[in-house]
Amino acid sequence: MDKLFRWLSGNKKASTSAQDVANTAPLSEQQIQAIVNNQNPRFDLQQLVFSCGQSVGKQRELNEDSLLGITSTLAGHAANLPFGLYIVADGMGGHQFGEVASNAAVRTVAGYVLRKFHPYLFHIKSDSMDESFQEIMQAAVGEAQRAIQREAPGSGTTLTAALVVGQQITIAHVGDSRAYFIYPDGRIEPITRDHSLVKRLEELGHITPDEAVNYPHRNVLYRALGQGEILDPDIFTVGFPQPGYLMICSDGLWGVLTEQDLARSVTEASNIQRACQNLVNAANTAGGPDNISVILVQLIG
Amino acid sequence: MLSTFGRLSNIGQQTIIDKSRRNTLETRIFPELSDDRGDQGSPHPRQLQAGVTLANRYLIQEVIGIGGMGSVYRARDMHFPNVTKLVAVKEMINTAPDPLVRETIIQNFEREANLLATLHHFAIPRIYDYFSVESRSYLVLEFIHGKDLEAILNETNGFLPEHQVLNWAIELCDVLDYLHKHKPDPIIFRDMKPSNVMINHNGSIMLVDFGIAKTFQTGIKGTMIGTEGYSPPEQYRGEATPSADIYALGATIHHALTRRDPRLEPPFSFSERPIRRINQNVSVEMEAVVNMALEYNPENRFRSAADMKQAMLVVARKTGALVTEKSQSAPAPTGGIKPLWSFRCEDEIRGTPMFSQGILYIGSYDNNLYALNAGDGKFHWKFPTDGGIVTRPAFYEGNLYFGSEDKRLHVVSVRGGKVVWTYYTDGPIRSSPCIAEGHIFFGSDDHFIHAVNLNTGRMAWRFETADAVRATPFVVQDLVYTGCESGDYYAVDFRGDLKWRFHAKRAITASTVGTGQALYFSSMDSTLYALDPRNGWVLWRFRLGKPSISTPCIVEDFIFVGASDGFIYAVESRSAKEAWRFRTEHQVNGSPVIYKDSVYCGSVDGNLYCLEYRTGRLRWKFSTGGAITGTPLVYDDIVYIGSTDHHIYALLA
Repeated sequence: MDKLFRWLSGNKKASTSAQDVANTAPLSEQQIQAIVNNQNPRFDLQQLVFSCGQSVGKQRELNEDSLLGITSTLAGHAANLPFGLYIVADGMGGHQFGEVASNAAVRTVAGYVLRKFHPYLFHIKSDSMDESFQEIMQAAVGEAQRAIQREAPGSGTTLTAALVVGQQITIAHVGDSRAYFIYPDGRIEPITRDHSLVKRLEELGHITPDEAVNYPHRNVLYRALGQGEILDPDIFTVGFPQPGYLMICSDGLWGVLTEQDLARSVTEASNIQRACQNLVNAANTAGGPDNISVILVQLIG
Repeated sequence: MLSTFGRLSNIGQQTIIDKSRRNTLETRIFPELSDDRGDQGSPHPRQLQAGVTLANRYLIQEVIGIGGMGSVYRARDMHFPNVTKLVAVKEMINTAPDPLVRETIIQNFEREANLLATLHHFAIPRIYDYFSVESRSYLVLEFIHGKDLEAILNETNGFLPEHQVLNWAIELCDVLDYLHKHKPDPIIFRDMKPSNVMINHNGSIMLVDFGIAKTFQTGIKGTMIGTEGYSPPEQYRGEATPSADIYALGATIHHALTRRDPRLEPPFSFSERPIRRINQNVSVEMEAVVNMALEYNPENRFRSAADMKQAMLVVARKTGALVTEKSQSAPAPTGGIKPLWSFRCEDEIRGTPMFSQGILYIGSYDNNLYALNAGDGKFHWKFPTDGGIVTRPAFYEGNLYFGSEDKRLHVVSVRGGKVVWTYYTDGPIRSSPCIAEGHIFFGSDDHFIHAVNLNTGRMAWRFETADAVRATPFVVQDLVYTGCESGDYYAVDFRGDLKWRFHAKRAITASTVGTGQALYFSSMDSTLYALDPRNGWVLWRFRLGKPSISTPCIVEDFIFVGASDGFIYAVESRSAKEAWRFRTEHQVNGSPVIYKDSVYCGSVDGNLYCLEYRTGRLRWKFSTGGAITGTPLVYDDIVYIGSTDHHIYALLA
């Protein structure tokens, strides 16, 4: 995989191969710092930048993933605050209308959250909101659950949504799409927990992490949006990594690349647009067994 | 083994929910009925009104349940004009805009009807009819006078008696046995859970909702079935066997006996919640039967529902009608704790002590600040003021700083208690001082936050708030945070300029604790808040049972706080999920503190509690002669706590 990955991010990439090959060698501390500095232009005000990538993959005919990214600023008491909403939803396969479910999830969650923030985004509103970020995300997921049961009963989807206000990320998460923090020094930290059978068995110690990689029922979820009556999404708030990246992706990406590969293609890319492209290409080169979706977000300034 | 259910899934998403819970659930499951729905452009399905007649036959009387795809009605069958024959009419509204989806839904509905028509058992409702009208399909079923088990669990407060649960479990084994022995193919119910078990007017069980079964397609995401929390591991892999129903029955009994909803716990975690640890009234034998049904590996469970029934009957014979109310849980140790020393003041102690260099400092409503030897409680000196002292003294470079209800901030030397300087406000001071960056910050009932230079004793600035400030200011990253009695909350910079403000619905008397990532405080509006320290946006709110003036404390990923509902709460700081709560006998107005792996917190019931902080399990409690409203101080394995019985106590932590 390592070799494959280097080959991919180096030679296959268009005409700038020489330069890219240079980048794939193990980097010195100074080189990394130079890249980091280069990637982090200073701005007076903090702001979010994001990019995304998607592919149907090499083995599926239909894209059942949906994604959304919105970046803006909120007028505040003191300064303008970065505002962003980033969502990946991976619909369940087959004839159960997964694409309807993932699309309904993204539309409904984004619609709900943006309606709540509408007065702050598009008007000057000084009084504080009487709901918390977590309550808004909880309600948005509930809306999405009902929308899916209405539009495509019986189907289901994963949902990993990140609401960013200032330096706080509030995550709503159901299923096995993932959010990661990636740091410029190459560390990568998953911040969501898969609601999958294989992960639960691993947590219980019934299978080892090595067995988990080849477990035959890796796709089976025990919790998904649209399924069940009581939906208990994971909702939590964490600080934005600074410096660092927030990455949200479907299992079409994380299922075929190692965490090291994921981190490396983000930190080694010249910018996040290129990073997203490299990630999607790497997953396809590794077989592309499933739909691929990725969002990368950076808080700069 | 294949189920004869085929793919009958969709109507099975419905749940018959007891009428009394309808209002709270309506907006959750049925967005069409609320105003601020996310409009997806689909038609707005409406509930049928009482008085409508369906198929020229079924006169709708009222809604008795709400499901994911429609309602369940009680209706009268008008083909029997001379008697009142009631039926249950289960509605499925096909809202899917996609024609392929719509068609699939109809097929599933008809399969459920056909399956039900082949079953004859007194614990399975009979089907009378089914038909479709435009986008709605209807099943007409036997009407059950009763409630489902989930509603019963929600409506009762204590534990259900074991013998009652046992009787229902035996009947459920019977009906599962009938289904599993069905010819030509066994039927796997696949969705055993409390909401699918009705208890009729005779106290007998009825199994409802036969729509859940789905075909499995392994390797494709979405091969889920059953209800999360009740289903066994193999069901997620696509295997449906009688053994899966046995596991789900075990899960249902576990829920009924412990009142712990498995849908709110990680899957397959029953062994982490042994029944008798939660409910000591349950017999060892009963627990063993449930544990066997919940075995992780199917081969270790009962081989059949009939075998499980036999085991249940053995339990019934052993415990049987002879079961008398067993004694409640063993009382926690209380007598064994003896104070190392105690010291008596002239009046109540409502404040919090401070420790410095072997001396304990504590204010009292007898107007004195006391300095006591922390080792043996020996009196060193006291400093008299003209008002009660409820504030916690602050220590800085040989001086003590504390406010008094005589409106003054007193600064005295720790050596002998001589006055260094005094600062006057226009109201009683009940807010403890906070020292940072060469200044001392505190609030007063005069509606100001005061910032006073430590060296000169002169005011640097004061910031006017909307009401009395009784909370202790919290300083982090160059901002001063505090709430006041109007419910306003302020972030003020070191120049005394407002950075942002926030408004709670009622007073904020409790002080703030926090990190660079979040500020935490409780309010009289019964909420624990987490705010972004940089801009005052609310990250989360946690609902307490009653108003709170208890200052939270943080350790690792937990926030601990008391409330006047008598509980000490532990809340996860990232997700605002309740980890546990501990009930005391009266209001908890003091604040918890953490020392090593214990929480220490006093209650108005007069006790100081020591709890294991990860589980909330009681380690010990110490009874004082009066309400405790202050916060304990733990230092060097000794807990110091003041009480309104006029004493301060030193206890071994």
